[in-house]
Amino acid sequence: MSANTRVVRNATCTFCGCVCDDMHLTVDDDTHKIVKAENACVLGRAWFKEHGIEQRPQALIEGREASTEEAIEAAARILADARFPMIYGLSDTTCEAQRQAVAIADMIGGNIDTTTSVCHGPSGMAFQAVGESTATLGEIRNRADLVIFWGGNPAESHPRLFTRYSVTAKGMYIPNGKKDRTVVLVDVRRTPSAAVADIFVQVKPRRDFEVLWALRALVKGRHVDPAIDQLTGVPLATLEDLAARMKACRFGALMFGMGLSMTRGRHFNSGALLALASDLNQYTHFVAKPVRGHGNVTGADNVVSWQTGFPFGVNMSRGYPRFSPGEFTTVDVLSRGEADAALIVAADPGSNFPQAAIDHLRRIPVIVLDPKETHTSRLAKVAITTSTYGINVGGTVYRMDDVPITLRPALPSPYPSDESVLKRIRERVGELIGGKRIPAMERIGVAA
Amino acid sequence: MLRIVNGRVYDPANGVDGEVRDVCIADGRIVADVAPEAGRIDARGMAVMPGGVDMHCHIAGSKVNLARKLQPEDHRDDVLARTAVTRSGVGGTVPSTFTTGYRYAMLGYTTAMEAAVPPIFARHTLEELHDTPIIDKGFYALMGNNVLLFKLLEKGRREEFRNAVAWLLCASKAYTAKLVNPGGDEAWKGRRNANVTQLDEKIESFDLTPRQVIGALIEAVDELGLPHPAHIHCNNLGHSGNFETTLETMRIADGHRAHITHIQFHSYGQVAGKSSSEPTSKAREIADYVNAHPNISADVGQVMFGKATAMTADAPLGYMLSRLTKGKWINADAEHESGCGIVPFTYQDRVYTHALQWAIGLELFLMAKDPWRMVLSTDHPNGGSFMSYPKLIRLLMDREFRKQEMAKINPRALRQTALADGLDREYTMSEIAIITRAGPARLLGLARKGHLGVGADADITIYEEQDDKETMFATPRYVIKDGQLIIEDHEIRADHEGRVLHVAPEHDPAIAEVVRAFFEDYYSIRFENYPVDDSYLGKHEQVPTRQQAAAVPTASESSAADH
Repeated sequence: MSANTRVVRNATCTFCGCVCDDMHLTVDDDTHKIVKAENACVLGRAWFKEHGIEQRPQALIEGREASTEEAIEAAARILADARFPMIYGLSDTTCEAQRQAVAIADMIGGNIDTTTSVCHGPSGMAFQAVGESTATLGEIRNRADLVIFWGGNPAESHPRLFTRYSVTAKGMYIPNGKKDRTVVLVDVRRTPSAAVADIFVQVKPRRDFEVLWALRALVKGRHVDPAIDQLTGVPLATLEDLAARMKACRFGALMFGMGLSMTRGRHFNSGALLALASDLNQYTHFVAKPVRGHGNVTGADNVVSWQTGFPFGVNMSRGYPRFSPGEFTTVDVLSRGEADAALIVAADPGSNFPQAAIDHLRRIPVIVLDPKETHTSRLAKVAITTSTYGINVGGTVYRMDDVPITLRPALPSPYPSDESVLKRIRERVGELIGGKRIPAMERIGVAA
Repeated sequence: MLRIVNGRVYDPANGVDGEVRDVCIADGRIVADVAPEAGRIDARGMAVMPGGVDMHCHIAGSKVNLARKLQPEDHRDDVLARTAVTRSGVGGTVPSTFTTGYRYAMLGYTTAMEAAVPPIFARHTLEELHDTPIIDKGFYALMGNNVLLFKLLEKGRREEFRNAVAWLLCASKAYTAKLVNPGGDEAWKGRRNANVTQLDEKIESFDLTPRQVIGALIEAVDELGLPHPAHIHCNNLGHSGNFETTLETMRIADGHRAHITHIQFHSYGQVAGKSSSEPTSKAREIADYVNAHPNISADVGQVMFGKATAMTADAPLGYMLSRLTKGKWINADAEHESGCGIVPFTYQDRVYTHALQWAIGLELFLMAKDPWRMVLSTDHPNGGSFMSYPKLIRLLMDREFRKQEMAKINPRALRQTALADGLDREYTMSEIAIITRAGPARLLGLARKGHLGVGADADITIYEEQDDKETMFATPRYVIKDGQLIIEDHEIRADHEGRVLHVAPEHDPAIAEVVRAFFEDYYSIRFENYPVDDSYLGKHEQVPTRQQAAAVPTASESSAADH
């Protein structure tokens, strides 16, 4: 660390959905690095440490170094020429950039989808069916005397969910922190999160729905067959005890993750949990919260919802938004080979999508905006280096509980923001298609 | 530059009632005259009015977006395709943001105020308002369940209370203080299905009653000189017998200005001896009180049959409705500030309670002696979508149509009201102009809106005169915003960014330290990250307080308009 340092207070870490806004960052202006992140957890420290200023090309077009301007031109042409363009990602960038992306999709009649579709998309679908009883994290911290984590491992994925927001944290009506709370962990295996749990319930893989449904029945005083033990690995007595605790608490919170949304049942699992939490309000005050992964996936949900009416998996090819999970979600659009061009912003599907989807990405022109070199950027036709939100560039992000926070960037970057690149792509696409695109549809010989 | 000629002008604020006269526009304002070469609109056979002002609707922010996400089934049936100048979107009772702006404009509305936002979510509301095109807009900040304010008030720290209210308004960029079921959310969040039902009961662990909260906020807003008074959703909304609570709440104002919102939902009596599920109409008592007390204003909150979405900061009410519908329900607690309940809801003309609500709303309109203080709203989308305003206007203007509609509703409900009892009044064009434009503008303290006098904002709607008032008001021929022709021959020709209207009352900056201390102990975000940066305002106008307007003689004319 040089002597040329300064401190940026109350910056926001956007590594995970906790979006902690109490980061006090020490910036070394000689080495262009963040050398200290006070209050950050291990993940946050890595986030800040690994995002210094790297020497990278402004852009790559077919592997050859190019300027940002050339890359924007190439990207605009790809999008203007495409018949089924898709835009994906968006969970690790600002709302301001997300709004530009939706605008582009609207203009070109494209498909727009975010990482929600491979994460809590099922929870979003469950929300549409059932609704949700929920609260901001401060309410959970201040009031929750029963906190249940289901299908997630926050000790490793969201460390401060425990320490700042729900387990050890002290609250207005929870003056003794963890001593005033009962913590339950439900999962298919004992993870490091079990260390904070007063009660650990192990469920047989793929049987969470049956457990949740049994709990709903028990909460409502219905009979549950003891064979539930055989089916789910959870004894009836354990479930009866849990149901009783849920009804007797003052303020309960159910926080859940991919263990529910990405296993057999998917949106039915999320729906069962949301319904359980809603049901419990007949007996006490109870909330549920999907624990969101990336720093601004909640922002992506919000932006896409307010602009199109639907949270993810939206297609604009008829000139207006249509929502259809399974049809317009990106894994499906790619695996069926339907998209003929892709714009990927702040995500790396090339590293984690199913093989069929990645294979298709290799067949079509792909544009990527990312601060780093990634699997996706390596297969892209046009890769534009952009700066990192929350570190180099400001904007708005939404925490997992929908609280919107304004970023305080710490370190200027020579690379442009996602927002500015998308804005210029949008403008150029507008010029290329004449500001108007009505899909040309052939008449199918049906009498008027 | 534009001159509108041959139109029948309805400008009740300036005493113009259907006179054929010119209206001239230059530089976004109404002017006395323009050069002969100015563009012309021939409004022969048309009515020229100021643009509509909706002073209570739910169109932007966290709660609205939850309701929007909740109902994809509404959106799929009602889509808006993109055009060369407009973004695509979806409708239903909770449209997407672009659609909201366009559809308000397509009805001839040019200003709309989002009625309830917890300050912690103000940024979200401002982002959505930014994506709500054409109209001028603003929002009311929820304060009736604010724990910091409760703590100051219970200790009698009135100066600090007032300064904190001002600080919150400045930090959130709001327009006034909103109260929703004061005290009720705080009870609800703490315990199973709790609420407050009496104005003089203690709010949970606080040494405070709803009466004290209401009184303190009414006074503070008055002392701060805000252009619009405390905006109040009374306790006991929807409950039989609640008219008593409403009358008592209005009495608390004690000569200060107060606005009672969606007052229809607060005008119920109770059948003596029966369970609380049998409401009756107390529209007469409520209307009489409002008529007799010039310090009180109200918007009706008319129920319109068909699909609605209940979305309210009154969380216990949301829960109660969900138990009725047994359908999907959203509850969302906002730390230290508010609650929220959302329930899709359909009003049916054959159902006793719904029919009664519909009838009570009409009673209130028809019994109001002063249309300037009993203005039009459906509490969109709680009582019905804003798209139903034209039908409501026809109900008020067309006695025969009203009778036809009355014949369709639950007859027992109708008999409870004075509607069938010789309430034959028909609203005139001038009165419609008052309840949809001039009145709300005046109640909001917007000196340049709701009228067509020289200096007014050139927000103008031109309707083709027709016997069928619903069609007439549903399809303006021209809509002008800030002097720009937005709708011409019924079609949107141009996009436009409206202004965010907000206040910034003077206060003692030392209050920030009191607020900070509370944050550090209890909030889950940092105090420094709470106030909303000016960059979220986009085009905006800070509307002066009484004190600010007095300090600069021409302040009411100036604006920060073209940011």
